[in-house]
Amino acid sequence: MTESASQDGTTLIRPEIEAGSLKATEQVDVERKLSIVERISNINSVRKLTVLLVLIVLWEAYTKLAEVEELLFPPFSATLITLWDTIQTGELFEKIWITVAILVQGYVAGMVLGAVLLVFAVMSRVGSDFLSTMTAMFQPLPAISLLPLAILWFDLGAPSLIFVTIHSVLWAVALSTHVGFMSVSMTQRMVGQNYGLRGVSYIAKILVPAAFGSILTGMKIGWAFAWRTIIGAELVFGAQSGKGGLGWMIYEKGDNLETTYVFAALFTVIVIGLLVENFLFRNVEMWTINKWGMQR
Amino acid sequence: MVGTAANSATVPDIDPILDVSGVTLQYKTKEHLITATYRVDFKVFQSDRFVLLGPSGCGKSTLLKGVAGFMKPVEGTMKLKGNVISRPGPDRVMVFQEFDQLLPWKTVKQNITFALLNGGKCSSRGEADDIAMEYIRKVKLERFENTYPHMLSGGMKQRVAIARGMAMEPDILLMDEPFAALDALTRRQMQEELLQLWEDTKFTVLFVTHSIEEAVIIGSRILILSPHPGQVKAELNAHHLGHENVGETEFMALQERIHKMIFADRVLEDEA
Repeated sequence: MTESASQDGTTLIRPEIEAGSLKATEQVDVERKLSIVERISNINSVRKLTVLLVLIVLWEAYTKLAEVEELLFPPFSATLITLWDTIQTGELFEKIWITVAILVQGYVAGMVLGAVLLVFAVMSRVGSDFLSTMTAMFQPLPAISLLPLAILWFDLGAPSLIFVTIHSVLWAVALSTHVGFMSVSMTQRMVGQNYGLRGVSYIAKILVPAAFGSILTGMKIGWAFAWRTIIGAELVFGAQSGKGGLGWMIYEKGDNLETTYVFAALFTVIVIGLLVENFLFRNVEMWTINKWGMQR
Repeated sequence: MVGTAANSATVPDIDPILDVSGVTLQYKTKEHLITATYRVDFKVFQSDRFVLLGPSGCGKSTLLKGVAGFMKPVEGTMKLKGNVISRPGPDRVMVFQEFDQLLPWKTVKQNITFALLNGGKCSSRGEADDIAMEYIRKVKLERFENTYPHMLSGGMKQRVAIARGMAMEPDILLMDEPFAALDALTRRQMQEELLQLWEDTKFTVLFVTHSIEEAVIIGSRILILSPHPGQVKAELNAHHLGHENVGETEFMALQERIHKMIFADRVLEDEA
């Protein structure tokens, strides 16, 4: 009808409408408090913990009911008891300390080296080309594959482990920071230059905070690479050096058929990984990019 | 140029703040070398509200970037108080159109103290805090001093940017279409506030816009540029016209005159 009306070039006149009384308030709950179950199930950590609990129950039930050989697959309870033992004797903390100390040294050294490379990359085109070529080459190379070379150069011991850790951190951080720097808005760059910032202070006061989201992503990826690399490197290496961290514990106890210890060590590796990811990095994010509205 | 009454006024015998003479600016895109402005001359004096007006492509923003020191002219010179401009500096503060000119990792107050401390205006944090608060009060944002920029509206962000620029007390404040991204009502309010601030401190401002109305309201003197490349078409007086004159005959006449100047080329192009 409207079509025919508009074809004639006349407007179709319709009666006006005005609502009488509005009934929504009488017929539906405009606002209703959610039930306790609904509210609890809305909490992320509760849902995830439930998944975890179900898995643990399944694990315990399977090992008990199927009477699996404890040497091959110990039940959850036995793993927990061993974990408690190693905590009480202090063995676990000693291992964690050895691994984490090396990791932190490698991580920090990797970050410092990355920062130096990035300064050159920002200051000159040659530096930028150098950095992108190096990251393109080394980023796909698993750091662990450099371990034989590291042993050749630095012998067995902490320096070799630090060397591979640096490799696992450096390129991930450098790559995403570089990308982050390049995507800093032209306006913010000009604002920095306008107020007289140049060189290193320009990088530190404008580029780094403006690209902080990318830098954090790089640090997270770097951390994940480093953690995998160091545990893996210790597996190969602790075998000969005699004293090692968590990776070495996994290898040594596996060799001695102390499977509950292997599980306890794996459990620790997972827990530390989760803590760093969900606690440390999450908090840094909350206090920086979330607070600044750069990430929701 | 036609000798009108305005042009016959005597040129003051004082040194200009900003002296742009014969400036040609070029920039490169991936495939082209573009001449943005060609031999542009103008002088800005103390307390001028000098407006660069023209259609898009007349190089007015490029010209402002040149004055700010982000671009070097291929020909001609730009002098600030007699010194040739060679690089960006806090004596010429720029207010941009984009809202992200406020650093998102700093609060309203920190954005201003950051400028004061790094720009060499203040040496102590306490002094910078005091000046920052003074200017935050001037733009009526004292309730938001500790707020991060992402929680502010567009108009409030621009107010902070203006406060930051003014707090530096630069020789000249450069404004690159600062109100273009605002809605019409907020824009009008911001124009009034800017003029009010000017009444208070009589700062010198170089203001870029593509709105004829805004140019007449804000400007005391208007430089009209032609497009592709930007060349000076006229330099007119508008110091006597403001918001209160909108719709009056004189205001309309000036608007109409500028309109004709800007669109004269287009008519010729269309006929050709």
